[in-house]
Amino acid sequence: MSEITPDKIAQVIAEADELLASAQDIEQLKALRSKIIGDDSEISKLNATIKSLPNDQKASAGKLIGEAKGKISANYAEKEQKLLAEHKKLQLQKEADDLSAYANMKPQGARHPLSLMMEQVSDAFVGMGWEIAEGPELESEWFNFDALNFDQDHPARAMQDTFFVSPLDAKLVLRTHTSPVQVRSMLERDIPIYVLCPGRVFRTDELDATHTPVFHQVEGLAIDKGLTMADLKGTLEHFARKMFGEEAEIRLRPSYFPFTEPSAELDVWHPQAKGGPRWVEWGGCGMVNPNVLKASGIDPEVYSGFAFGMGIERTLMFRNGVLDMHDMVEGDMRFARQFGVRI
Amino acid sequence: MRVPLSWLSEFTELPKDSKPEQLMAELVKIGLEEEEEHYFEINGPVVVGKVIEFVDEPQSNGKTIRWCQVDVGESEPRGIVCGASNFEQGDKVVVTLPGSVLPGNFAIAARETYGHVSDGMIASVKELGMGDDHEGILVLSTLGLDPELGEDAIKLLGLDDSAAEINVTPDRGYCFSIRGVAREYSHATLTKFTDPAAIEPVSGKGFQLKIEDKSPIRGRTGCSRFDLVELSDIDASAPTPAWMVSRLKLAGMRSISLVVDITNYVMLETGQPTHAYDLDLLTGGITVRRANNGEKLKTLDGQIRELNQEDLLITDESGPIGIAGVMGGESTEVSFKTKRVLIEAANFDPISIARSARRHKLPSEASKRFERGVDPLVADRAIARIAQLLGEYGSAKLTGFGASFQEIETPAEIVLPTGFASELVGVEYPVELQKEILEQIGCQVKIADDLIITPPSWRPDLNHKTDLVEEIARIDGYHKIGSRLPVAPPGNGLTEKQQLRRKLTDSLAASGMVETLNYPFVSEQENSLFGEKNSVRLENPIQEESPEMRTSMIPGLLQAAARNISRGLTSGYLYELGSVFIANNDSKPAEFPDTASRPSESQINSLNEQIPSQPEMLAGVGFGDRELAQPGSKSQTLDYKLAVDTVLRVADLMNLEFEIRNSENTGLHPGRTADVLAEGKKIGFVGELHPDLSDHYHLPRVSVFELNLSEIWSLIQPVTASAVHTYPAATQDLSLVVDENLDAQQLLSTVIEGCGELLESIRTTDVYKGQGIADGKKSITFALVFRATDRTLTQEEATESRNAAVALAHKLHGAELRGV
Repeated sequence: MSEITPDKIAQVIAEADELLASAQDIEQLKALRSKIIGDDSEISKLNATIKSLPNDQKASAGKLIGEAKGKISANYAEKEQKLLAEHKKLQLQKEADDLSAYANMKPQGARHPLSLMMEQVSDAFVGMGWEIAEGPELESEWFNFDALNFDQDHPARAMQDTFFVSPLDAKLVLRTHTSPVQVRSMLERDIPIYVLCPGRVFRTDELDATHTPVFHQVEGLAIDKGLTMADLKGTLEHFARKMFGEEAEIRLRPSYFPFTEPSAELDVWHPQAKGGPRWVEWGGCGMVNPNVLKASGIDPEVYSGFAFGMGIERTLMFRNGVLDMHDMVEGDMRFARQFGVRI
Repeated sequence: MRVPLSWLSEFTELPKDSKPEQLMAELVKIGLEEEEEHYFEINGPVVVGKVIEFVDEPQSNGKTIRWCQVDVGESEPRGIVCGASNFEQGDKVVVTLPGSVLPGNFAIAARETYGHVSDGMIASVKELGMGDDHEGILVLSTLGLDPELGEDAIKLLGLDDSAAEINVTPDRGYCFSIRGVAREYSHATLTKFTDPAAIEPVSGKGFQLKIEDKSPIRGRTGCSRFDLVELSDIDASAPTPAWMVSRLKLAGMRSISLVVDITNYVMLETGQPTHAYDLDLLTGGITVRRANNGEKLKTLDGQIRELNQEDLLITDESGPIGIAGVMGGESTEVSFKTKRVLIEAANFDPISIARSARRHKLPSEASKRFERGVDPLVADRAIARIAQLLGEYGSAKLTGFGASFQEIETPAEIVLPTGFASELVGVEYPVELQKEILEQIGCQVKIADDLIITPPSWRPDLNHKTDLVEEIARIDGYHKIGSRLPVAPPGNGLTEKQQLRRKLTDSLAASGMVETLNYPFVSEQENSLFGEKNSVRLENPIQEESPEMRTSMIPGLLQAAARNISRGLTSGYLYELGSVFIANNDSKPAEFPDTASRPSESQINSLNEQIPSQPEMLAGVGFGDRELAQPGSKSQTLDYKLAVDTVLRVADLMNLEFEIRNSENTGLHPGRTADVLAEGKKIGFVGELHPDLSDHYHLPRVSVFELNLSEIWSLIQPVTASAVHTYPAATQDLSLVVDENLDAQQLLSTVIEGCGELLESIRTTDVYKGQGIADGKKSITFALVFRATDRTLTQEEATESRNAAVALAHKLHGAELRGV
């Protein structure tokens, strides 16, 4: 039986350290645990001898062994932590992968750029306090023409290349512009009215590179006291800059629409145009014709208003470089995917 | 309207050598938009030559060519081969010399042909671009020309002229004339204008004329003026002068005969349509009246027209001889033999003419002008101009025979408050300036407290003070209008529906779907594919085979899918948000309210009730792979399960409960389709397209869904949150064996009911048939999560709850717990 002396204790600790040092990985360490600190360990065996010691030595021996046990445990824990860290590191190394090898799991989704542009335009006006109005695509001729000062026999009515619904005496058409929504807004809303009407419209043009029988428009209408053409111009200028940048300008040219008087064609100075900055025909506008106001019960002697409209397809073409109308109507996924969710 | 520059310059101070481009730049400022430039596309040397002699040389191909010696004013004649034979020795002709270029980019060079070197070409009218006549070469004496040899024929024939084409808006009918455009040009440039109509009018007497309109349209009588003047001793076969031919050609009209050319020329110049009758072919006097039922007329184009009671007619004792203002009749047509003509210059009601032109599909040059309004004071001056030209070129004489009817209304005065233009435009217009501008455009202006305006006879579009404001603003210049941003009152932003629509569509795109915008035009057959609904039919579809408006979005999406696949895009999930169109069968044509004041609510309602319903739909069509192959994982085929997933995702996003109830839907795979219900109501369908339809569209297996968004919007309610409970959950699986025909959804509902309030969530995780399960049976496995709101749940409590569900399922469906 060995004696419990400081030397002996030091030797036991040294032996335990040797065993610890021999462990190469966490598995080996676990296998050695019993011999280092467990039941098979020297320190445990030494501890078992305490009870046979004379009583007066038990306390000091117990203290020595307790300290040694603490030391070995600490060393064990330190080693264990080190090996665990190494183990984890190795495992993570094994799990390493080439992430650049992966592409989208799902096919790429996308919004249609025409819808995106209508949203963008809507937001520009909502930001100014305007609201977005909607209405049916298949309309009564009364809303599409009569209430907009298109006399039933006026040549302007034939200007519009209208799709008529059968039978003709039902007097229903596919709306040729979103202006019927303006009429509905004037009938339904209280003055002052500031509304934007984006939507799908129809004219009997064959599909080609620059025409489509189904297209999209955005029209604006403001009815208030004291509105002038300067207000129209200011609004369009603000809008143009939102769409085409701070250097954009607008220009009005005299024109004719049944629902406005005075009427104007609208050109925009497009600073980022392909092939250099230039004027581009953008839409039509004017002061709301008094006959239109009257048909909606608004007194033209008290209120005035302005209205404007432009094609979304056309705007997308010259703003975003779309060359062919076919791309916008065919539903080829590659077209929309160029845009994602922004234009 | 095409405006030959040489013509315009007769009445304005057009700078010398102006180009169409410069003219159009001026005209656009005052509202005449540029369209196109027109040239003869001929370049010299093109000269006058004389055929000194020629030899007929028969060729082996059966043709006879003429080998001509042509004097073009040079020291030696040129040898030229000519295929035509309509000329004589000594005739003066047009010779296009080597180096010249003819229309169609046809370059002339000295070239060897039929055994000679042809040193140029003798040109025909067609080759020169003056007309369609290709019968032979142009002999200059037939145009009454006897020019010097070697003279520039391009200038001689007016082929150096050019034209600007402008778009005339419907309010500016007077600009369908040189007279009107010249006036506008002078407004744009502040230069002098000479009125082509400022000539001594002519009239005649003694001819029997009756104007009787027994049924005016919309209260307006059909004819307010009718002038007839006889011209006699006409040489109707005399040539039209070359300058007139080339001006007509540039203006877009073909030269026909001297009489017709001159009436066309004067119409283009003055804006007054006229008509020439062969007086010797007329029977008795002329009556202008509405047509009787069953009357017919053979018009100048050879068509027999069934006349309508609304048609205004020109008749003689033989019956109709013309549809007023639209087209004349064949029986009194002038010919080269005509000796005496009766020239008609009238003024007809725009509406009457517009309706007749539309009814007979005859949009003529005359009807185009009458529809927009013709100056009622210009008729007798147009006749004077015709008499002058026909006298000069066809030796015609005025006999003083004719007739005249006039019931012209003077334009009504318009009161323009002096401040009104400034109020509407936002530019300060001094009274003097307003007066000056309005006088410039032809108005009579009296200054009182307000401006009292009488518009000129050629401006029927000026009826209201705002019409005058536009005149003031456009002549002063739109560029003078300033810019001010109006302040709208605080708005409400996007409506809830508009916001939800955006969130929904963005979420779908984020989930890998691609938005499309398809045409809503479909065939009857396509509309019947996904259920019979009352469809709306178009009167004038773009494509005959697609005359209906869609009642489902799926056909359009299938076409888009097929297009993608044909272009090699084999995987995709397309969607569209849009309207479908459902006819109201019993809707009657609405009575249209008058537009002079606001319609009543009941009038608005009856207009709206008549409009087919147009619910907003969301539909999707998927094909190919839902997940693509990549290192470590194979591709996964897209099938109807993804469509179900999308439908339920919509429910989740909108915080609604949808029920997927197995069903049968036409157009879909009979065993792979279900109705989508919300609050017990069908709002759509989901499933796999019927494989026969896939074949029809050349598609692989396709998954589809369609949801009625209008129904969904109507279900949206504000969300009330419930507490999120944090006591631990107990999870259990439950497998029940049931009859194989029982729908999982039904069993699931039973389990929910049976478990009671402790059940927090449930999900169907497996459906199994086969080994260990009796024939005709299937096993459905659910993953159950239990949770109590006030305590930690024990497994015993969870099991008790589950067992209650088993018992209920047994009772209701004969379900048995699947043996472990």
